[in-house]
Amino acid sequence: MKDFATQVVETDVLILGGGMSGCGAAVEAAYWAKPLGLKVTLVDKAAIDRSGPVAMGLSAINTYMGMDGKVTMNSRMPERFVEYVTNDQMGIMRQDLVYDVARHVDSTVRHFDKWGLPIWKDEKGNYTKSGEWQVMISGESYKIIVAEAAKAALGALGDKGEIMERVMITHLLKDEKEENRIAGAVGFSVREDKFYVFKAKVTIALMGGAVHVFRPRSQGEGFGRSWMPPFVNGSVYALVLQAGGELTQMDNTFVPPRFKDSYGPVGTFFLLFKTPALNAYDEPYVGAYPKESAAWAPYADAKPTPTPMRNYEMILCAKEGKAPFLMHTEKVVERFKQEISDPKELKKKIKMYESEAWEDFLDMTIQGATNWAAHNVDPLEKPMELQLSDSVFIGSHACSCGSWCCGAEDLMPAEYKDAFPEHYNCMTTVKGLFTAGCGVGACAHKFSSGSHVQGRIVGKSVVKYANDHKDYVPTVSDATIAKYKEIVFKPMALFEEKKNFTTQVDVNPDYISPHNYLFRLQKIMGEYAGGWETLYGTSDKQLEIGIWKLGLLGEDAEKLAAKNAHELMRAWEAYHRYLVGEACARTRLARKESRWPGYYYKYDYLKLDDSQRNFINVKYDINTKEWTVFTRPMIEII
Amino acid sequence: MPSYVMTEKCDGCKGQDKTACMYICPNNLMMLDKEKMKAYNQEPNYCWECYCCVKICPQQAMDVRSYQDFAPMGAASTPLRGSQDIMWTIKFRDGRIKRFKYPTRTTAEGSIKPLEGFPEANPADLNSQFLLGEPDIMGIKELPTVKK
Repeated sequence: MKDFATQVVETDVLILGGGMSGCGAAVEAAYWAKPLGLKVTLVDKAAIDRSGPVAMGLSAINTYMGMDGKVTMNSRMPERFVEYVTNDQMGIMRQDLVYDVARHVDSTVRHFDKWGLPIWKDEKGNYTKSGEWQVMISGESYKIIVAEAAKAALGALGDKGEIMERVMITHLLKDEKEENRIAGAVGFSVREDKFYVFKAKVTIALMGGAVHVFRPRSQGEGFGRSWMPPFVNGSVYALVLQAGGELTQMDNTFVPPRFKDSYGPVGTFFLLFKTPALNAYDEPYVGAYPKESAAWAPYADAKPTPTPMRNYEMILCAKEGKAPFLMHTEKVVERFKQEISDPKELKKKIKMYESEAWEDFLDMTIQGATNWAAHNVDPLEKPMELQLSDSVFIGSHACSCGSWCCGAEDLMPAEYKDAFPEHYNCMTTVKGLFTAGCGVGACAHKFSSGSHVQGRIVGKSVVKYANDHKDYVPTVSDATIAKYKEIVFKPMALFEEKKNFTTQVDVNPDYISPHNYLFRLQKIMGEYAGGWETLYGTSDKQLEIGIWKLGLLGEDAEKLAAKNAHELMRAWEAYHRYLVGEACARTRLARKESRWPGYYYKYDYLKLDDSQRNFINVKYDINTKEWTVFTRPMIEII
Repeated sequence: MPSYVMTEKCDGCKGQDKTACMYICPNNLMMLDKEKMKAYNQEPNYCWECYCCVKICPQQAMDVRSYQDFAPMGAASTPLRGSQDIMWTIKFRDGRIKRFKYPTRTTAEGSIKPLEGFPEANPADLNSQFLLGEPDIMGIKELPTVKK
């Protein structure tokens, strides 16, 4: 095996991940670190210009209050947002965290505007709201703009600001003098034959959510066409688990209803164009199952109908044999024809609709556009199919999974303080380890703007932490570094040691490839833990078998083999996904109800039981391989 | 919908330490065959079809061919990305063509100065809830909080 040189990087603030929250953290940390002379290092697995789920672009900002009233409609305050988000997630939410995002989010969008993001406005300069919380943008270059700001902010620190790209982080380092304290991280370059050791006063894990834990709908060439990008592999959740930290709501995975196969977005079609979505018999499925939905009162009765309930209506409708579902984009044109009598005006309106409809896809899911063209479907003339996609862990969307984190001092209920002896906003239950965006659990509906602003909240919080602990020096011994180097490169060493035993390196009794490891995980999750394969249904008995099989898969992680640094990345991604999968299955086993039936439901508890209106949290002991599952109370602040 | 490289057009970004597509791909898929000086997608089934490579290629040597799991053949969406807008040409399977143009940014590339125009941070304010530019940038005077 090649020799990988060890490079030690010493810094004050270590930012792991350069997506929306990572870029937010970089700007804010740079601002506060500058007068203190602190060093900030950002590490990304890719290139930050186009890393994370906003790589392709976005066509809307989904979280914006408009507290100053300068919006075309729906100027809102944080209280209303907290109520909406809590209800959308069926009554369980860390309201203090959601409130904090809501009260800051307008500032982040104002920065985007200043930096050059094209935000749709009326003639008075008011932002165009398409719904309660959504602002329309032309966002092809959204990530490039946000990344440019992050780079410029770190650049303003001179030699105290640095960005390291193409480095995959595999483990966090624990301090050897101070218990439950993070001292940095280790990882490797996917390009340069290098082992990286980062020593830091404070670390933020911001690698986003996780896709490909559950099996994607397409498994041939289209394996990569998951709704959320295939490079998002759950590292935050895995790193927190490996460090002994607490995750919450890991059973709550999001199931996006999207244009079938291409996963073209639906939000703008529903909100801006008011496009009807109907079942195969031209009947609305939304609101069609009041009797069944009654078991989810009072949340199911609220308006708007919570996302998991809308999904569940699709599931019920499909079980009645009334699929497929169709998004009737052509009916919007029919409506215009009824509403507008002037032929010139009508033509203009249809042309605008066509351009905006295609932009919605081209700005963020290009395959949605190509798939229309590939089927010879012009959306002005014909509908296209909708389908529930594979389950994803995306704590920033209509989804609650993530780390159990400390809230703002003026907002967090006293009942949560015991987990956080030191009070720092967005710190996990591990000292010196922070997160934001998809990493923060029970704080749904952040989306891109909320993730960026939570990154900024954490960026300021970590500078305060580093400044308050300025005498802290990370203690990590050379023996520990050597141990991690061996662990990190073990899949490559194993491959080299065993590869000649067979005539074809892909089939070997002594190791498992990252791809096969991932396939095994996805098969277990899909078939036992409530994937699309079972129309999102599972049960205690199914989960018990699934967890047993996941345990065996966890043991086989020792046998992961990698041919090169690229496959080594795939190996660690697969292992991180395994940890996420087992955390999910164990939480699903612990929840004896079907709280979010359109995300997953349990045949043996097919209703909501509000006596279980609490968080279910999970921890892992890396040494004993034991999992602990327990509850924390739901406290309302609104 | 994996990306592919057209042999005739790709020059391997000669003279650079890595190709533009290698630089940008969020999933580390693009590789350079140094003997042939041609780039290629090493793992097509992990491609998200984000088009980052297609948009950045200086030779316009890249495009995307729809995933054959579900897309009938013959269609394409082809971007031409400028400094402030992007032009798309959509080719239908039956030969119909549609063209669209959308803005991408309102400022010049490289012009962002995120910390300029704001007072330098005062470490004493680390204890406040205000972030860079707040509350003025939001057009409000006080940051909302809840009454306990």
